[in-house]
Amino acid sequence: MAETTNFVRKLALSDEILMAVDKPARYIGGEVNMVKKNPREVDIRFCMCFPDVYEVGMSHLGIQILYDMFNKREDTYCERVYSPWPDLDKILREKKIPLFALESQEPLKDFDFLGITLQYEMCYTNILQILDLSGIPLHATDRTEDDPIVIGGGPCAYNPEPLADFFDFFYIGEGETVYYEILDKYKAHKAKGGTRKEFLEIVADIEGMYVPQFYDVTYNADGTLASFEPNNIHAKKKIRKQVEMELSDTFYPEKPLVPFIRAIQDRVVLEIQRGCIRGCRFCQAGMLYRPIRERNVSFLKELATKMLHSTGHEEISLSSLSSSDYSCLKELVYYLIDTFQNDGVNISLPSLRIDAFALDVMSKVQDITKSSLTFAPEAGSQRMRDVINKGLTEEVILDGATEAFKGGWNKVKLYFMLGLPGEQTEDIRAIAELSNAIAKAYYDTIPKSERKGKVQITTSTSFFVPKPFTPFQWVRMATANEFVEARKLLSSAIKEQLNAKSIKYNWHDTDVTMLEGVFARGDRRCAALLEGAYRDGCLFDSWSEYFRNDIWMKQFEKNGLSLEFYTSREREKDELFPWDFIDAGISKNFLYREYEKSRQGIVTPNCRKGCAGCGAAQFHGGVCYEPRNEAGESIPTEALIPDC
Amino acid sequence: MNVRIRFAKYGAVKFIGHLDVMRYFQKAVRRAGLKIAYSQGFHPHQIMSFASPLGVGITSEGEYMDMELTAEYSPREIVERLNETMADGFSVLSCRILPEPLNGRKRETAMSLVTAADYLVFEKQNSECKFPQSGKELRSEWCRFYGQKSIPVVKKVKKSNTETTVDLKPFLFGSGCLETADSEMLAGVLPHTAGPDYYELETIPDFAGELKEFYKEKDCFYVPLRVSAGSADNIKPELVMEAFARFLGFEKDDSLHWQIHRLDMYTGEAPDFKRL
Repeated sequence: MAETTNFVRKLALSDEILMAVDKPARYIGGEVNMVKKNPREVDIRFCMCFPDVYEVGMSHLGIQILYDMFNKREDTYCERVYSPWPDLDKILREKKIPLFALESQEPLKDFDFLGITLQYEMCYTNILQILDLSGIPLHATDRTEDDPIVIGGGPCAYNPEPLADFFDFFYIGEGETVYYEILDKYKAHKAKGGTRKEFLEIVADIEGMYVPQFYDVTYNADGTLASFEPNNIHAKKKIRKQVEMELSDTFYPEKPLVPFIRAIQDRVVLEIQRGCIRGCRFCQAGMLYRPIRERNVSFLKELATKMLHSTGHEEISLSSLSSSDYSCLKELVYYLIDTFQNDGVNISLPSLRIDAFALDVMSKVQDITKSSLTFAPEAGSQRMRDVINKGLTEEVILDGATEAFKGGWNKVKLYFMLGLPGEQTEDIRAIAELSNAIAKAYYDTIPKSERKGKVQITTSTSFFVPKPFTPFQWVRMATANEFVEARKLLSSAIKEQLNAKSIKYNWHDTDVTMLEGVFARGDRRCAALLEGAYRDGCLFDSWSEYFRNDIWMKQFEKNGLSLEFYTSREREKDELFPWDFIDAGISKNFLYREYEKSRQGIVTPNCRKGCAGCGAAQFHGGVCYEPRNEAGESIPTEALIPDC
Repeated sequence: MNVRIRFAKYGAVKFIGHLDVMRYFQKAVRRAGLKIAYSQGFHPHQIMSFASPLGVGITSEGEYMDMELTAEYSPREIVERLNETMADGFSVLSCRILPEPLNGRKRETAMSLVTAADYLVFEKQNSECKFPQSGKELRSEWCRFYGQKSIPVVKKVKKSNTETTVDLKPFLFGSGCLETADSEMLAGVLPHTAGPDYYELETIPDFAGELKEFYKEKDCFYVPLRVSAGSADNIKPELVMEAFARFLGFEKDDSLHWQIHRLDMYTGEAPDFKRL
């Protein structure tokens, strides 16, 4: 790799500024494993952005993968930027200091590309902040040859329409697939001296790339989408999601960056698989990342060793949507424990189903008296769990909890959603009853003499937001009032329980959820809301101390838009959705079939139990191509791979 | 084996706070592959301690960290292995194997031993606003300031959230009011001698040298300072410089225009200070 010494980094901010802001380490770069190159000696300068504060952004695996992948190219220098916290934001504006990248400390405006990851809707105002502070025109069509090409990617790019005005193009799919092609073509284009528009046309020819300005949109009188048509010969009618099928032979950072200040993820993150077989109907990730693809266990063992060594982290976390479904989980986990535990390495296993294996592992890696068990039943009643296709029964939860209590645990965390489709009063009350039943299981299992205080049940609820590319994309979202009523009902139902004193109830804010609902299923007109709110001072909306609902509500009025139109409206079966131009690999028919089944409370077996015909088999790999028996069940991989 | 390393912290990493420096070295030791001792229990932590926290914004070439290792290494190997994994701005300068404490006595850590610290204070080269006085004028003001019988400052007491007035003067052990100031100040310090138990880099980066040149050439303010440090009477150099800023009739924050650089830390008493 080209590492040069003749480029001297000079901090973009003066000592006076850095001493005046909170956590100056957010802005100085220079972290362990930061890539050093001379920006003058590369052809392409790419700045990767996570539009939230440094500690959040640095915890994101996707950026670390792309950072490593881009910097493997000698002709490219990939740097990073995160949202300046409001204290620095104010200073940058007052002193007219342009926003800069952490590595070279040079202005973003001088870069060829600015790639922004879109992980959640409530960071959208922060995107405008990044562009604004960089001196890049907010609207893609106002940008000149001197401005960077602004790219969006990540889960929210699957409905990019509320952001369409602000991006030159969106990358629909997994980053490992076509970025090199884009960079190669950009380099050739730049050498030739082509225009910005010509380059966007080149991009539009690449599979998976969406250039919003090459499409025109019209609306019906009722506000729904009437048409969505390309206006440029290069623009494709359908944009097909790009999927990396070889996850054991692809880019993965062996030397991830190690921040000086504690990030949310202060540990090695090992992505063991991508996708999920479960098919929970509310879960967008579970639909978008189909088919499930596992990484090879020996590939993972080697990676874990390299990453622990190169970072010095004292913890490794296995990352996936449902770790228990990884075929070689036992082998991998016991290997990690045996190899690293004596070196003081802690192993963390989120999204693990509680069973005998999980309890054995947890007893080895955690302090039972301090750690808690986590269950995500998502709904309180079996009826509602069938509606959302969450294959977790009360029996499984109670058995798991009872075993854990016997093993010495006495803290349980439970996660539920309120406002699920067709939710009745009984379903809400069932959350309180299930919480109570778990507490009861503790008191029934553990004799009084052996108890160390009360059992501690923490019940948390979030509000359900229907997302594109899920069976609930047609669904009417509950209103803010309905959410509040549901929450109050649950709150008093918990108080009525026999073991109420053992249950603590936490809930989320409703206002911010409503806006999330708007942007999740919004269209191009929502850009005006976003820009207006940003201009009037909204920033860091996902941080409750900065969220300003009053400003947001004014924007609906100002722009003649209705919040309820985007949220609390049941969609017709054949409504044209703003995101329908994307082919995410799962068919709209499958999603609607799932929606109908949900209304009848019929569950769909997971991908290993049987194929539901979602469409992901078109990618020719993963679970769709695992060998199956006559009943259509996939044969467990343990039986096929001798060492696992 | 128990060792004490000396390290430097300069450049951009001067903005990393003490807790994060500790986290940084915990990870650095692991990256270097040094076998370090851990405490017992489910949340084991490394047996590692630092002599004295350095304020955010201060640079240093005199930081000390003690650690207990479970394998045998030469001091040179420890320095080299750590330096292979340092981020820019951190540099390990020396390592000393600590003698075993005599018959059953408790081991004394750098933290418990430290009694004094030396600093250099100088005007930042790229400061946004400079003082109206010349370097020469500021130095003579400094000597007037330093020569006072008492230097009362208001200190915040964290626990009770109140303020108390402290006289800094008894805790200032020396400064450079003469042209020969910096050599005078370092007098009386006993260095470590080379041997199998001690290794230091042959060429220690000259962190302050460049600044000395600048100060001589441009006639900027530049002053050495020795203050009391450690668990008994720890004097933050920032506090002294804030008092000097006020003495000059400036705001407290104007002292940020001076860079404070820690040179070294000592144990013992005047005039027999000994390097940690």
